[in-house]
Amino acid sequence: MIVVEDLHKSFDGTPVLKGISTVFEKGKTNLIIGRSGSGKTVFLKSLLGLFIPEQGTIIYNGTPYGEMDDEQQRELRQKMGMVFQGSALFDSMTVEENVMFPLKMFTNDSMSGMRDRVDVVLKRVNLTDAHKKFPSEISGGMQKRVAIARAIVNNPQYLFCDEPNSGLDPKTSIVIDNLVQEITQEFDITTVINTHDMNSVMEIGEKIVFLKDGYKAWEGSNKEIFRTDNEAVTSFVYSSELFKKVRQMYLEERN
Amino acid sequence: MKYIEAIGKYFLMIREVFSKPTKWAIMKNLILKEIDDLVFGSLGILIFISFFIGGVVAMQTALNMDSPLLPKNLVGFATRQSVILEFAPTFTSIIMAGKVGSYITSSIGTMRVTEQIDALEVMGVNAPNYLIFPKIAAMMFYPFAVSISMFLGILGGWAGSVLGGFTTSAEFTEGLQIGFQPFHVFYAFTKTIIFAFILATIPSYHGFYMRGGALEVGKASTTSFVWTSVVIIIINYIVTQMLLGK
Repeated sequence: MIVVEDLHKSFDGTPVLKGISTVFEKGKTNLIIGRSGSGKTVFLKSLLGLFIPEQGTIIYNGTPYGEMDDEQQRELRQKMGMVFQGSALFDSMTVEENVMFPLKMFTNDSMSGMRDRVDVVLKRVNLTDAHKKFPSEISGGMQKRVAIARAIVNNPQYLFCDEPNSGLDPKTSIVIDNLVQEITQEFDITTVINTHDMNSVMEIGEKIVFLKDGYKAWEGSNKEIFRTDNEAVTSFVYSSELFKKVRQMYLEERN
Repeated sequence: MKYIEAIGKYFLMIREVFSKPTKWAIMKNLILKEIDDLVFGSLGILIFISFFIGGVVAMQTALNMDSPLLPKNLVGFATRQSVILEFAPTFTSIIMAGKVGSYITSSIGTMRVTEQIDALEVMGVNAPNYLIFPKIAAMMFYPFAVSISMFLGILGGWAGSVLGGFTTSAEFTEGLQIGFQPFHVFYAFTKTIIFAFILATIPSYHGFYMRGGALEVGKASTTSFVWTSVVIIIINYIVTQMLLGK
């Protein structure tokens, strides 16, 4: 579980996060949504410790991140898996080497043990024949799956995904969403996904935090988001014609 | 003010490079790869330049000795002194700032813009140690390249002088031996080690802390070359004053 209390972050005097408080629950897919520029990525990178907030607390399983020393922070990070927007695979390494990287760095497993583990996670993300390929030789969807495999190979307690569906076709996006949700439930980890994909919200949004201009404007689940009357949320959710019709049907049904 | 901030940031980065070392089993392979890329990969251009510059130094010395009172062996002497004291350690380092420095900045900078460094940090890897330490360790083999440069510079001088008909082989060789001070070689290799550290760390700094996209990677490489060269020239002046000055 991750508890966030009154998080503030600014760049060159411009406030980006303006006092965000929320809880990301274990075993659930927690989504951060909002328009471009609403502070989603800054929020996610603050959770990861890549940005240091000016004010506020991030508590991982009861321990505030700011009170941990360097060694404790490094140990915590070894329990985190991250899927970056652009996958961030090491382009000079093969798929197998990318996935094996965290094992090589932080375990003392034998090479055969690490290979077995890599095979298991690559099979889990439905990639069984790409071991020796370089990231530049596989598709965007496959790169995302390799990034997920790398993120989960060391059995993380926390999984973070920054726009996991960006640049992917709708079908592949659903595959990635389902995969992340299955992994979250299977390994009982705390997953935080940064997205503006409404399909993801509908499919896997067990807990949703909506950001607007650096504030938390709303939070709830994918079942509640279509029923809320929060103006900021409705203008974001119903910006597409499809969802406008869904909303219309809901209102007609309610009345 | 921003220069002072940059210098402070550079030294903080150096501190990070030497803290929390990566597992030796991994580091060993990284160092071997960097020795291959940075040192062995540069030998070709160093061999080519050293030989011909040595030849030109000898020919220019011979061509500018108008007085018949000056002994011919002065060509060998001047070539040796020029090559050992300045050409091989300093001029070669400026060339390396262009070749190796821009490679280091662009490779680390590309990792920064594609979030690969963020990925390392999120995993709990000490990114400065993982990325920069192997380059520093590899560049400690740079004196090996400089010694080849010294040898070939003098060989080029011999070729330019003897084959160009300016001196005999005996005169050139005699000049090479006149007033030889082993301390000059010590001085040359002392500054080479310092230059090696600069060549590994300043380009790494420019790559590691760059912001922006592909265009900025190119700009960072150019900036890194300029600053590496400037620092090498200044350090060269200081070390020369300290070791050879009276």
